[in-house]
Amino acid sequence: MAQRAFKLSRNLAGRGLALLIALLMGSAALALALQSGRPVLSASDWGAVRFSLLQAVLSALLSVALALPVARALARRRFAGRGVLIAAMGAPFLLPVLVAALGLLGVFGRNGLLNQALMAIELPGVQIYGLSGVLLGHVFLNMPLAVRMLLHGWQAIPQEQVRLAESLGLGPRAQFRHLEGPMLRQVLPGALLAVFLVCLSSFALVLILGGGPKATTLELAIYQAVRFDFDLPRAAALALVQFGLCALAVLLAGGRARLPMGGGLDRAQALPRPGGWRLGFDALALGLAALFLAAPLAVVVLRGLPGLLSLPPVVWQAALTSVLMALAAAFLCGLCLLALTPAAVAGRRGVELAAMAPMATSALALGAGLFLILHPFVAPSALSLPITVLVNVLMALPFGLRLLMPAWAAAEAGQGRLAESLGMRGMSRLRFALLPRLRRPFGMALGVAAALSMGDLGVITLFASDQSLTLPLQVWSLMGAYRSAQAEAAALLLVLLSFGLFALFDLWGRRNAAA
Amino acid sequence: MLRLEALTLVQDDFRLSADFTIEAGARVAVIGPSGAGKSSLLSAIAGFYAPASGRILWAGREIGALAPGARPLSMLFQDGNLFPHLSVADNLGLGISPDLRLSAADRDRIAAALERVGLAGFGPRRPAQLSGGEQSRVALARVLLRARPLLLLDEPFAALGPGLKEQMLDLVAELCAATGITLLMVTHDPQDALRLCPQTVLVAQGVARAPQDTGPFLVDPPEVLQNYLGGRRFL
Repeated sequence: MAQRAFKLSRNLAGRGLALLIALLMGSAALALALQSGRPVLSASDWGAVRFSLLQAVLSALLSVALALPVARALARRRFAGRGVLIAAMGAPFLLPVLVAALGLLGVFGRNGLLNQALMAIELPGVQIYGLSGVLLGHVFLNMPLAVRMLLHGWQAIPQEQVRLAESLGLGPRAQFRHLEGPMLRQVLPGALLAVFLVCLSSFALVLILGGGPKATTLELAIYQAVRFDFDLPRAAALALVQFGLCALAVLLAGGRARLPMGGGLDRAQALPRPGGWRLGFDALALGLAALFLAAPLAVVVLRGLPGLLSLPPVVWQAALTSVLMALAAAFLCGLCLLALTPAAVAGRRGVELAAMAPMATSALALGAGLFLILHPFVAPSALSLPITVLVNVLMALPFGLRLLMPAWAAAEAGQGRLAESLGMRGMSRLRFALLPRLRRPFGMALGVAAALSMGDLGVITLFASDQSLTLPLQVWSLMGAYRSAQAEAAALLLVLLSFGLFALFDLWGRRNAAA
Repeated sequence: MLRLEALTLVQDDFRLSADFTIEAGARVAVIGPSGAGKSSLLSAIAGFYAPASGRILWAGREIGALAPGARPLSMLFQDGNLFPHLSVADNLGLGISPDLRLSAADRDRIAAALERVGLAGFGPRRPAQLSGGEQSRVALARVLLRARPLLLLDEPFAALGPGLKEQMLDLVAELCAATGITLLMVTHDPQDALRLCPQTVLVAQGVARAPQDTGPFLVDPPEVLQNYLGGRRFL
C-alpha cells in the first residue's frame, strides 16, 4: 500500500521517544530486579499483596454494582440537570485523591457529618479507617467512571432493537433479558477490570484512609520500606511484585479495560421509560448518587472557604510550585503526544504499546525503580521535582493517546491525501491540517495531564525531603499535624487549581475548534 | 507529455497494467466499470499508490519517486477537497505556499483566482458556508494557483446535480483552454467524456488501454464497455 509506504519513512521522533520510554521503564524494572535479588518478603509483605488484591477486587465489585442503577437511570430518564450530572461524573477522575479523602473524612470520619447525626439520635458511630475507608474512597472515585462506561453501553444498544422490543410489547424483564443483559455481558468485564486496575495501584487514598498492618497495600508497603525503614532491597522486591501484578492484570484484561473517555454521552436516544415504582427507584438511585458524590466536595468547599485567603505564604509558595509543575507536565505531555500519536496512527504497534505501557504499571513502583537508579549518584530529594514531572508525564500519556488517536486518524483519513497532494509536511501539516481538527481532544489531553499532575501525591512522597514542597504535600502534612482548618483551606485551593487548569486547557481546545 | 511505461498496479486480487502516452495539453476521459481501477490509476500517477513495477514520466523525467506534493500535478478527489476549518482564502493560499506564508502579491493572486471562477469576494468565508458547486469552484481556483501542468480529476463533481456538473465541466474546459493544462478525468458518465474530452482511456479487465478518440469509441464501444453502458448509444 502506497499510503503506508510514504508514512513509514517518517515518525522518527515518535519511534525514538517510544524507545526512550521503553528504556526508562525497562531500566527501572531492571534496577528493581537487581536490587531485590533474594527473596526478602516477609509474611506481612505477603499480607500486603493479599490486601492489595482483596481491596481492588472488592472496590471493583462495589463500584460497578452501585454504578448499575445509576447508569440505567441516566440512560433512560430525561430531566433538567442530566447533562450536568453526567459531566460531573467525569470530575472524580481529575479530583486530587487527597481532596477526595479529606471530603470523605468530613462526611464519614470520626467527627464527620454522619457521625454527628448518628450521635444526635444516639446511635453508635461508624469508623472508616482501614478496609472500609479504602473501599469507601475507591467507590467514591471510581463509581462515577463505571457509570460513564456503563452509560456508553446502554447508549450503544441499537435503536432498532429498542423499537423492535417495544413493538413486540416486551415488558421490562424481557427487555432486560434481550437488550440489556447481552450489552452488560459485554461491558461489565471491561468496567470491572478498569476499576480493578486503578485500585490495584492506588496510593494516596490508602495512605490516608488505610494504613495499619491490616490495611496496607503493596504501594503503601513500598513507600514505608523506602521512607521509614530505608530497606531498599525490600522496597525493590515489593515494587517488582507490584510491577508484575499490574502487568499480569493488564495482560489478563487484554484489550477489554477501556478508558472511560470520549463524548457521545448526550446522544438523544429513546429507551423505554417505565413508570411506577421503577421511576421512583431511578430517582432514588440518582438522588443518592448525587448526594454521595456532592457531599464530600461540599464539605471541602464550605469548610475550606473561610480560611482560603488567610493561608500562610508557604502554602501559596507550594501552590505556585505545583502549578508550574503541572504546566511543565502538560507541555511535555503535549510534545510527546505530537511525536507519538502520528506513529501510533500510522500503525506502529510498538510505539502505541510503549505509550500505553505506563497504564500497566504503578507510578510508585516506577518511582522506586528510578530512586534505586539515582540514589548511588545524587541525593534523590534533589531531583524530586523533575522526577515527579517525568512520572506524571508518563502516567498521562495513555489517556492522551486514547483521546488523540481517533481524532488524528479521522483527520488523516479525511484530509490526509489533500494535505499530501498540496505538499503540506511537518509543521505546515500540523498547523494547518491537523491541529485545527485536534484542538478539542488535544486541549482535553493537556488538561488531564495538568490536573493529574497538580493533584498528584505519589512518587513525590518517595523523593521529597521537604514536606512543604508541593501543594498536595502541604495538604497532607497539615492533615498529619491535625491543623484541619488550614488543611481544608489548602485542599480547596488544590481542587480549584486542578479543575481550573483543566478548564483552561479544555476551553482553549473548545475555542474555535473545528467541528 | 505523460508517459506510463509498463506500469503495473497490484493489490491483493486486483491487477492493472498500463503502457501508453498522453500528449501535453490533451483532455482525456478515464472510463470503465466500477472497481476496474480508474481511481487507482489516478492515485498511482498522483503518488498515493506505489506501482508494483514500471515507470511514470512527465516530459521525459521520471516522477515515480517524488512525494505527491512534489509531482507536477494537481488532483481533485471525490470529496474533501477543502479544509473545512480554513477560510476560502487560506484554502487557496495552500496552493501557493503549503505553510501559508503569503505576500501581498499572493493575496492579489488569490483574489484574482476567485474572480476567475466567479466567486469574487468569497475569500473570508468558510467552506461550510458555500454550496457544493461553489466548493468545487474554490477547488478549481486552487488548481489555477498551483499552476501545475497536469490535472487529475477523480469524479470531484459526482455529487452535483446534472446542471451544476455541466457548468463545472464547462469551467474546467475553459481553464484547460486558457492554461494549456493536460487533463485526466475519471467519469462514470459517457456524456461527460463527450462534452469535455476528445480522447478516452478505457480501464477494464486489468488493462488501461491507450487513449482513443472519444466519439468513434463511444459509437462502436468494445464489448466490455457495451455491457457497462447497457447498450445505450451516445451519438
